[in-house]
Parts: sequence; structure tokens; C-alpha cells
Amino acid sequence: MASLMEKPILQAQQVSKFFGTRAGCRDVSFTLWPGEVLGIVGESGSGKTTLLNTLAGQWPASGGRVQYDSGANGVIPFNEISEPQRRYFLRTQWGMVHQNPRDGLRMRVSAGANVGERLMALGERHYGRIRAEVLKWLEKVEIDADRVDDFPQAFSGGMLQRLQIARNLVTRPRLVLMDEPTGGLDVSVQARLLDLLRNLVSELELSLIIVTHDLAIVRLLAHKVMVMRQGEVVEAGLTDQVLDDPQQPYTQLLVSSVIQP
Amino acid sequence: MKKKLLPLTPKAYTDSARIAGYNFAYLDEGTKRMIRRAILKAVAIPGHQVPFGSREMPLPYGWGTGGIQITAALIGPEDVLKVIDQGSDDTTNAVSIRQFFAKTSDVRTTERTSEASLIQTRHRIPETPLKPGQIIVYQVPIPEPLRFLEPRETETRKMHALSEYGLMHVKLYEDVAMHGRIATAYGYPVLVNGRYLMSPSPIPKFDNPKLHRMPALQLFGAGREKRIYAVPPYTEVKSLDFEDYPFSVEYLEQACALCGADRSYLDEIITDDQGTRLYVCSDTDYCRQRRNAGHKNPSAGMVPLAAAKLRKEQ
Repeated sequence: MASLMEKPILQAQQVSKFFGTRAGCRDVSFTLWPGEVLGIVGESGSGKTTLLNTLAGQWPASGGRVQYDSGANGVIPFNEISEPQRRYFLRTQWGMVHQNPRDGLRMRVSAGANVGERLMALGERHYGRIRAEVLKWLEKVEIDADRVDDFPQAFSGGMLQRLQIARNLVTRPRLVLMDEPTGGLDVSVQARLLDLLRNLVSELELSLIIVTHDLAIVRLLAHKVMVMRQGEVVEAGLTDQVLDDPQQPYTQLLVSSVIQP
Repeated sequence: MKKKLLPLTPKAYTDSARIAGYNFAYLDEGTKRMIRRAILKAVAIPGHQVPFGSREMPLPYGWGTGGIQITAALIGPEDVLKVIDQGSDDTTNAVSIRQFFAKTSDVRTTERTSEASLIQTRHRIPETPLKPGQIIVYQVPIPEPLRFLEPRETETRKMHALSEYGLMHVKLYEDVAMHGRIATAYGYPVLVNGRYLMSPSPIPKFDNPKLHRMPALQLFGAGREKRIYAVPPYTEVKSLDFEDYPFSVEYLEQACALCGADRSYLDEIITDDQGTRLYVCSDTDYCRQRRNAGHKNPSAGMVPLAAAKLRKEQ
């Protein structure tokens, strides 16, 4: 968790994204501290993914500011910097985990090459070192070393997702955005993946924004939570506070809709 | 009535004998100027792919429509043209293109590398070192070296613009992971002048060292893909590699069965259905010159299948 001396790693101020006249997300503000996990929940179509893509600058924001503390380069307005700079930060200090691992992986090259790509993009030109780092990361995400030269097509859904996580974490990013990382996985695989994520987050002191519609994931991983509906944040706060004592009717509905086995 | 020629056609062109109704070297002068502008831009930005308005040519795509357009735009009455296909002067493609220019421009053609002022080539660089003032034109099927790794053209253009070339090493990584060495044997990617990633067209990597600081002007034409790029004389061309897997050139263990050359690129000719092979220089002009100078292979002959092996440059 954040100490008193630290500065926030990401600050969103009134971030909006309009598609024509329709709001994808409207006036979203939050502060993310180093090592903090922020969960974004809401029903389908509530603007969670739009917000994520706007924060990362994949889609230009219609309004508002995204301030990113890059460490050595100081605080930068992330949605205003040039594309080369943005791409540089996205492949070095940021990570992006997609819901469908096929969007985030190169399916035509081996698992090892997928993990090693970001290292090579940063200028690593020694095969032996790349290979060692790749094997280390496959072990961290619990993929057997003898699968390193297999193609992603040969992997199960859960393995693909873990491979995608390894591919993103290999350059030690400071901030990772995840869009429904457990969507489409069966429950036991979800549990293992969450366990893995929790360990990695604490081990690497990652700052994480995780978008999901699953409140259980938020409860397990997130320190803070934002509830979105129709593009706007309806409630935000500490996870336990929001989920145990929801104030807004929509949040109350969301929390009460969870089926208790 | 005699048709009036465009005023921008030089006097010398109009004097030469050629087929009636066709302009000198087939293309009209406006098209040639458009191609020359693209060539100038390509020379100014070594390795950068310049788009141009590729025309339909009287030969199929994949047979050198890009190369033939560059040659047509550059060739003048004083030029001496050589055309090779896989190093050879006498294959169908080379013969056809040579005849095409002999007919439409009436220039002198040659098979001798050292006599030619303009050389159009498919998949080889001649063994005889090229000289200052010569121009070599490569036929290029796919100009984009990143095509098979990143199929989106919008994205690869961006990667070139920002010199984000880490992805090319992913291909080399795959080679080492799968084969234990960089197994890419042709179309081996190069970095030109420390800036642009370039496909050298499908020449064998054996020829890659010749690209580096070559005294001749190198032009690359891709007709179907509508791209021209260039390497000006004496430009740095580096073949990509890993620190622990450096770029290397491979030679066959055999020497040429005809001229005995052991440092030239050899063609493998299968001579029967038992797998017996004959190894001869792929560069026919180089081989003939050596034989004329009295070189021959003392142990010339067929090589059984098992004996064909690669050796590495020391």
C-alpha cells in the first residue's frame, strides 16, 4: 500500500469519452497509488472498457486529463503526449491484458517468442539472456518449461491468459490494466489465476486497474472499487466499504444480485 | 502522318530504332518521370519504401514487374543491360526481359557483369564485385520484411516511422529456438544506414555481405506492392543477428564442378533419380569467365546424396 511519501502513479481528472453524442464514459476521476489495485465493476455496456482504452490513450479522450507519474521522467499528461512517447510507455512501463488472450498475443509465434518480444523491443539482443528471462517468467505463471517452444494454439484458455500476463510483466511494468482477465474461464481456473495475480501484484508491487463484472474478483484483489453505470461512476470507495455497505440503489442491486452458493 | 513526340523525349531516344507506336523503353515519358521521382526519394531515404504508381507491364506479377519498370525509367541509349535470374543469364525470365528491352529501346545487352551499366536481377547479386557507376535493380516480391509477423500495413508503417524493430528479432528468436541457429537462408533482414529495416529481396544470405558499402547504386522495385526502395553507393547495411548468434554465411562443402570455385554460390542440379547431384556456380557469367581463364575442377563430377554438406565461414 501507499506510504505517505509517495505520489499517485495515475490520476484521472474528469475523463470523458463521447462517441458522437453518446457518452462512453463521462467525468471519471480517480487517484491510483503505487502498489494499489483498483477494481472497476459495472454491467455490460457501462463504459468500463471504454474508460480503460481512454486511460491508455488507445482512444483519444473527449475531455479531462490523465496524469501519469513515470518515475524518472516525472509526471506526464498521458492523453496529450505524442504517439511515439505513448507507445514507448505502453511497451515499457504499462501492461495491457485483454479479455481475449488472442488479442494480446501473437498466435503465429511460439510462447517463448511472445514473452520475449517486449525484451527485444527494448533492445535486448542476446539470445541466451532472453531465453533465460522467458523461462523464468513461464515458471512464475506456472507454465511448464517444456512448453516454451509450443505455439499458443496448443494452449488451453487459462494457459493463454497466464501467457499473456507473463508477456506483459516481463519488462516489469509499473502499471497494468486488465480487462476481464478471467472472463470465459471456468471457475477452478479462475481461482488459480486470481491466486497467481494476487501473488504477482504483491511480489512486484504492481499498480493494477482491473475491469470486471465479477464482484468476487474485486473482493479478492482490489483495494478500492469504482462502480460504473451508463458511463458514469455511481459509487467509489474502499472495496469492503462499498460491497458491505452499498449506498447507491444500483450498487445495492449489484451486490444483492450475486448468487450465494 | 507522323505522330508528334512529346517534347520532353530526348533527341537521342527518337533516333534509335524501335517498334513503331511504342515509346522508347515501352513506358511513356510521364510514367518514367513519376518513377524517377520515386527513385530519387528512395535514394534520399536509404531503405525507406516509397510508394509509386505501378503500371501494368506485359509480364505477370511475380516475374519482375517492379524491376522492369525501374529499368525502363532509367535506361538510356548509351546503357548496356544485363539481366539475370537466380544468377543465370539464360533462364526464361532473364532472356525475356533482355529481349524486351532490346526490342523496345534497342540498347546493347551483355552477359558480362563488368561490361553492364545496368543490371536487373532476380534473387542474386553477381559474384564479380560491382563498380562505381553501375546500377543494380532487384525484383522484389514482398517489400515489407515485417509482413508475416505483423499483417497490418498501417501498423508496420508506424513501426518503420518510429524505428520499432524489436519484432524482427522475434523471427530470429524463433529460428534459434526451433533450429538452434538463425535458419533464415534468404530474404535475410537488414538494417540500412542504421535507420530503416529492409528486406533485401529474396537473395540468399550468402549475398548479404555484398550489400554492405557496395560501390554501385542498388534499387529495389516491387510492382504488385507498388513500392520502390534504394541503397545508395557505400551505404552501411547490417544483417540483423543476436550477440550470441552472430550473422554468418554458409558455403557448400563442394566446389563448382565446372570451374572449381569454392567461394561462389552453387546451384544443385539433380542428375538422376538416385539423388546424384552436380554442383555448379549459380552465376553463369562468373563461371564462364573462370573457365575461360583456365580454371577447372580437378575432381569434377557428380556428388552422391550423402556427401552434400554445409560448412560455415571461418
